[in-house]
Order: sequence, then structure tokens, then C-alpha cells
Amino acid sequence: MARITAGLTTSHVPAIGMAVDLGKTEEPYWQPVFAGYEWTKKWADAEPPDVVILVYNDHASAFDLSVIPTFALGTAASFQPCDEGYGPRPVPVVEGHPELAAHLAQSLILDEFDLTLINELDVDHGLTVPMSLVYGQPEAWPTKVIPLAVNVVQYPAPTGRRCFNLGKAIRRAVESYEEDLSVQVWGTGGMSHQIQGARAGLINQEWDNRFLDLVVSDPEAAASIPHIEYLRETGSEGIEMVMWLIMRGALGERVQELHRFYHVPASNTAVGHLVLEPVD
Amino acid sequence: MVDNSELDDIPGTTVFTAERSRQGYHLNQMCMSLMKAENRDRFHADERAYLDEWPMSEEQKQAVLDRDFQRMLDLGGNVYFLSKIFASDGLSYVQAVSTMTEYTVEEYQAMMLAGGRSPDGWRSKSERPS
Repeated sequence: MARITAGLTTSHVPAIGMAVDLGKTEEPYWQPVFAGYEWTKKWADAEPPDVVILVYNDHASAFDLSVIPTFALGTAASFQPCDEGYGPRPVPVVEGHPELAAHLAQSLILDEFDLTLINELDVDHGLTVPMSLVYGQPEAWPTKVIPLAVNVVQYPAPTGRRCFNLGKAIRRAVESYEEDLSVQVWGTGGMSHQIQGARAGLINQEWDNRFLDLVVSDPEAAASIPHIEYLRETGSEGIEMVMWLIMRGALGERVQELHRFYHVPASNTAVGHLVLEPVD
Repeated sequence: MVDNSELDDIPGTTVFTAERSRQGYHLNQMCMSLMKAENRDRFHADERAYLDEWPMSEEQKQAVLDRDFQRMLDLGGNVYFLSKIFASDGLSYVQAVSTMTEYTVEEYQAMMLAGGRSPDGWRSKSERPS
């Protein structure tokens, strides 16, 4: 039987990917950001899972405004890094797990989560920056990945509650898969940031740190946070944090916190990172 | 009827609603076209002619020509789409985003290094000096 063995959350700021690609990770501005992932890299190298279900959002890269799926599951055998307008990131091709993805698609839709299924998908920094933060710069990624793209660009994103419940359904679906696979769920994006308008540059460290606590210890409360609170308190782009709740729903009721990191700034954004294990 | 009064109460913020997405559809799709190098070259060779190929409003075209990002937001643009314009100009997010604020790029970067903009005074239009 497949099992969910761990979950993690991380920001996916594009400038972090550029710092990796351009060899700037030791520069004074970036060194504190990457230092926060050193523990994670060792942990990840020690126990790579078979598959990561990677929850992220596309940033007008693979999706334009012609079709706007709220939840879209990548069911392909592989996913190319996107050309986001300045050439694709020099990172390995992302290998999918089409068999588990097909199982997830069927299970989740019958469980009343009406996903869009994507057989051709290029993945942008939202997906590849977390891979770089956790696995560095390998020749090939050590794990297969099933992308789960969430619309957080056009309002409204799915509610935090809906995301949390989708996570719970993902857990049920994974546990009903016969093959003995180790599966992680990653929730990416956030934390507080706003990259538009006169209020741009907003960061709310107090709110972010409370959210980190809630994700670990009181996810029901985190799932009840309404959109207007994310928008007012964490900036217009802070609403990406609803994606963390998919990860948290998939880990079950109680978790053990293995690692936590918080840092301001990376470009316009507060960086937040958690590594969690389910406690059965 | 959808009530967006709470969204509209957040100062200095344009929430990209379905209605704004409808209004900005061709502006944003034009931005997407700049993902291709050949289109970027044509755009920079003659911006006016390139914009005239799209069924955008005159106000939208002028905002692009003026690189007035706030105006583009007001006319239905979304920053992830608008980023295709400023990336093609060689600007980073920080450089482009800072033009919508009260700060110069250097002041904006200094604010971010000092921990960012505090939400205090920026949660509701009722907190802003008129």
C-alpha cells in the first residue's frame, strides 16, 4: 500500500531559482535563505520518497487566461521546465508518475473533487524552485513528481477549507493505491507578499509566524481563515498559502514538526518553510 | 450579486477578480504573446503597431506605451501577465513593482531589507489619510 510519509511547505520565489542557476547562493543577500534549507537537504538526501505530489501555482506561464482550472493534476510521464520569457531554467526534466496520477484522478473525482487533468504541461518556477531548494542541482531529480496546479492568480482561489479537504481526500486516495510507494506532499507559495499597487512590499511577520504554528498544531483553525484575511494581512499574493493546507490535510490529524525556517526578504517575499511527518 | 466591497476596501491593492479578468483579457493575452522572442522583437521594434494587432482599448494601449503599471492594473491587467512586459524591458519584479509605490527602487529595496512594508495603516482605506 502507498503511504504519505512526510510533507513540507516552502516559498517558491523566482529570484531564488535565479540565485541557484547563477551560482549566487553564497552571496550575503542569499546565504541566509539557503542556510535555512541545509537541514532539509540532508534529510531529503537520506530518505527520498518515490513520489512527491507537488502543489504549486502557475504564474502566467503554462496557463494563460483562455482556460483557468481551479485544481489541475499533471498526469503526464514527464514535464518540461517552462520558458517563462527568458529561457527555461537549467534544471532536469521533471519525471511524473502517470500510474499513481491516474489513480489519484479517478479516486479524487469519485470523492467529489472535480479536478482538471493535464496530459501536457510545462512547469514554471512555482514547481522547480522548491525542487532546487530541497534537492540542489542534481543531474536528475531523485524522485518522481505529480504536479497539482492551483489557481491563485484570478480571484477567488479555492478556499482554505476546500484545499484542506482536498488534502484529506489525497490521503485517502494514496492509501488506496496497491503498490508500496512512499509519497510526500509539498505545499508551496507564500508567505506574505504583495507585488502590485501602492501597498507593494507588504510583509506581516507576526501573521506569518502564527500561520506556521496553526499549520502544525491547529490546521482546522488555519483552514477557517477567510480570503479577505489573507488579502488584508498578508498582501494580495499571500493568498498562495491556501496551497499549504492541501499538504496539511494530506498528513492526517497530528504531525511532528521536524524543521522550521522563516526569513525576510527574498526579493519581495517572506520565505517560510516547514518539514512535517504524520503521527499515526 | 457578488459583493466586492471588502476587496475594494484594501488600500493600494487591485484584486484580480473575474470581472477585471474579463476587462483585461486582451491586454493580458497580449502580454502572454511576449513569451516568444520573435514577438518581443516585433513589439520593441514598433510598440504601437504591435498593440494595434490586439482588440485592446485605447486606454490599455496607452498605459502599455507609458509603462504605467498601476494604470494597467486599473484596466484589468494582472501583475503576472504584466511581468512579460517589464521582463522584456530587462526589469526585475522589484524594479517594476517599486514604480507603483511611493519609493524609488533603492528606497524600496531598503524597505524590503528592513523587513518590508508594515501592514499597520494599510489594512483598510479607512486607515489611510485622505
